Amino acid sequence: MTSEMLILLMAATIQSGTPILYATLGEIITEKSGVLNLGVEGIMMVGALAGFLAAKITGSPVAGVLAGGLCGSLLAGVHGLVCLGFQGNQVVSGLALTILGTALANYLGTPYVGQNAPGFYPVPLPVLSQVPVLGPIFFRHDLLVYGSFVAPALIWIFMKYSRWGLGLRTAGENPEAGAAAGIPVVGYRWAGILAGGFLMGIGGAYLSLAYTHIWTTGLSAGRGWIAVALVIFAFWKPGRAVVGAYLFGGVMAFQLRLQAMGANIPSSLLLMLPYGLTVVVLTLASMRQRGDQAPAVLGVNLEPRD
Amino acid sequence: MSVLQIKRRQEPLFIWGSCLIFLGAIVLSLGISSLLLLIQDRPPIQGLVLLFQGAFGSRWALEDCLVKAIPIFLCSLGVAIAFRLQVWNIGAEGQFALGAVGATWIALNFGTLPAPLLIPLMLATAGIFGGLWGLIPAVLKTRLRTNEIITTLMLNYIAILILDYLVYGPWKDPVSFGFPMTEVFSDSAIVGSIGATRINWGLLLCVVFGVMVWVFLRFTRLGYELKASGENINAARYARLPYERLVWLVMILSGALAGSAGFLEASASLNRLQPSIMVGYGYTAIVVAWLARLNPLYIGIASYLLAGLRVGVEHIQLDLQVPAAFGGIMEGLILLTLLAGSFFNHYRLVIRRAP
Repeated sequence: MTSEMLILLMAATIQSGTPILYATLGEIITEKSGVLNLGVEGIMMVGALAGFLAAKITGSPVAGVLAGGLCGSLLAGVHGLVCLGFQGNQVVSGLALTILGTALANYLGTPYVGQNAPGFYPVPLPVLSQVPVLGPIFFRHDLLVYGSFVAPALIWIFMKYSRWGLGLRTAGENPEAGAAAGIPVVGYRWAGILAGGFLMGIGGAYLSLAYTHIWTTGLSAGRGWIAVALVIFAFWKPGRAVVGAYLFGGVMAFQLRLQAMGANIPSSLLLMLPYGLTVVVLTLASMRQRGDQAPAVLGVNLEPRD
Repeated sequence: MSVLQIKRRQEPLFIWGSCLIFLGAIVLSLGISSLLLLIQDRPPIQGLVLLFQGAFGSRWALEDCLVKAIPIFLCSLGVAIAFRLQVWNIGAEGQFALGAVGATWIALNFGTLPAPLLIPLMLATAGIFGGLWGLIPAVLKTRLRTNEIITTLMLNYIAILILDYLVYGPWKDPVSFGFPMTEVFSDSAIVGSIGATRINWGLLLCVVFGVMVWVFLRFTRLGYELKASGENINAARYARLPYERLVWLVMILSGALAGSAGFLEASASLNRLQPSIMVGYGYTAIVVAWLARLNPLYIGIASYLLAGLRVGVEHIQLDLQVPAAFGGIMEGLILLTLLAGSFFNHYRLVIRRAP
C-alpha cells in the first residue's frame, strides 16, 4: 500500500466515522441525564430521510441538516413522552423506537429510493488543506465533518464547566438530591433527550446528504447500535468517543476499499468486521472499566411527585 | 383553578382495566397509522378494513396467520424466558438464523436418513446452534460484564451475514441460475402439513414447548429462582441463587427456541435455505413478549395477532401498493402506546381544586 493510498484511506476513515461520532455524542448527552435511549438506530434513519427530503424540497443542504436534527429531536421526544411522562421501561421504549423509526423511514422513503438531493461536498480549508499529510486527511472535507471536529470539545466544556452541564449530570447521578436542591431534574432529562436526538438526527442526515448522496433503504446499517456501544467504550467522555468513532470509520473504510480492490474475500465476511469489532471493543472496554463509570441512575425512571 | 395530580395506585389495576388500556393503545396506533396512509394518498379507512380482512377475513388468511404465528411464538417464548431474568436478549433474530443454518447443514449432509431420524436430528442441531449463539453473549455478560443488549444485536448482524455467506458461497445450489439458495431439501428433511391444511406440524412443537415453558416457570424450583432473580438481582445474590448459571441457562434455552423456529422455517416453509428466510420474526418476537407480559399463554394470542398484522400488511401491499414497512410502523406504535398506557396500571390521575 502506497503512502498516497494510506492518506486516502485515513481521509475516508474520518468521513465514515463522522455520522457515528455525531450519534455517539448524542447518546452521551442523553445518558448523562440518566436516560438510556436505545432508539439511536431508528432516530438516525428518520434523520437521514428528513434531511434528504428537506434538502430536496428547499434545495438547501443546510436546511436538510436542520430538518434531520429537528426530526431526530421529535422522535427522541416520543421516548421522552413514554419514559418521562408515562414511566415506561426505557429499554423497551428504545427498542420500539428503533422498530418505529426504521420502518417509518423505509415507509415514507419508498417513493424516493434511488433519487438524490443537493448534499454536502468537500470544502478544502485555505492554507490548512495544503499542509502535507495532515491537510488531505483532515482539511479537505465537507462542513459537517469540520463541525464534528469542534462538537466534542464544546460538549466537553459544556458538561464540565457550565451550570446547565452540572444540572444535566445531576439528573443522571443523583436526581433525588438535585430535586431537593430545587434543580428541575425532569426538565434536564427532557433537555438531554431532545439535544441528544438532535445530534443523532444530524448523524443520520450526514449519511444521506454527505455519505451516499442518494436515498436507499436501510441506510444506517447498524451504525446507531455501534454508537450505543461506543458510549460505553468511551466511558461517557466526548474525547474518547472521537477515538472510537474513527476506529469504526477506519474499519468501514478499509472494508470498502478491500471490496473495491476486488480482494478475493466474500463480501459477507468483510461486512462482518464492524459488528465483530463492536463486540470485541465493548468487551475490552467493559473489562477495563474500574468501578462503574456509567451515570449512577442510568435507565431508571423517577417516581412522579405528588 | 384545578390541578392534575398523579397518585400511585394502592393495588394494581384489575384485568378489565388492563384490557381497556390494551384497546386504547390499539385504537391510538390504528389512528396514527391511518394518518400515515393518508400522507401517501391511500384511503385510510379502506386500508385498515382491507388489512383486517386480509388478516382474518377468510379461512385461507386465518391459516396463513397461524403459519406465521409459529416462528413468532417460538422466538417470543425464548425472548420471554430471558426477559424474566431481566436479561435483555435482543438476539432472537440471529439465533433463528443460526438454527436455520444448523438444520440446513444436517439436511444437506444427511438427507438420505429416514424422516423419523432426520427431523429430530435437524431440530436438535438447530437448537444447539441457536443455543450456543445465545450462550456467547451470556458468557460475555457474566464473565466480562459486557452489555448483552449490544452483543446480542451485533450477533444478529453477524449471524445473518454467516447465512448469506453460506448460501452465496459453499452451499449454493449449482443449478439455481445464480440465485443465492441451497438445493431443495430431500423429502425426509421436510416437516409436512397437518392434514389438508397448509399448517405444518410445527404447531404441535409450539404447543409442547409452550406447555413445557409454562410448567417450568410456574412449577419448578428453577423457574421460581428465575423469577426471583429477575425481580431483584442483589437479593438473589444474597440468597445465593446461582445467578451466573441462570443467565447461561436462559440464554441457551432462549437461543434454542429461536433456533427451532429457524429449523421450521427452513424445513416446512421454504424447503431450503435462502436469505429471504430472514423477515424480522426475531424482532416481532420482542414486541409480542412484551405485549403478552412474558406469559406463555398470552404470547400465543399475541403471536397470532401480530402474525395477522403481517398477513394483513402483505394484503394491502398488493391491493394498495402500501410499502411493507407499514407493518413495522404499527408494531412500533402499538408497543410504544401500550408502554405509555401501562402507566395507568400503577398510577391514577386526580383532579383536585387548588385552595
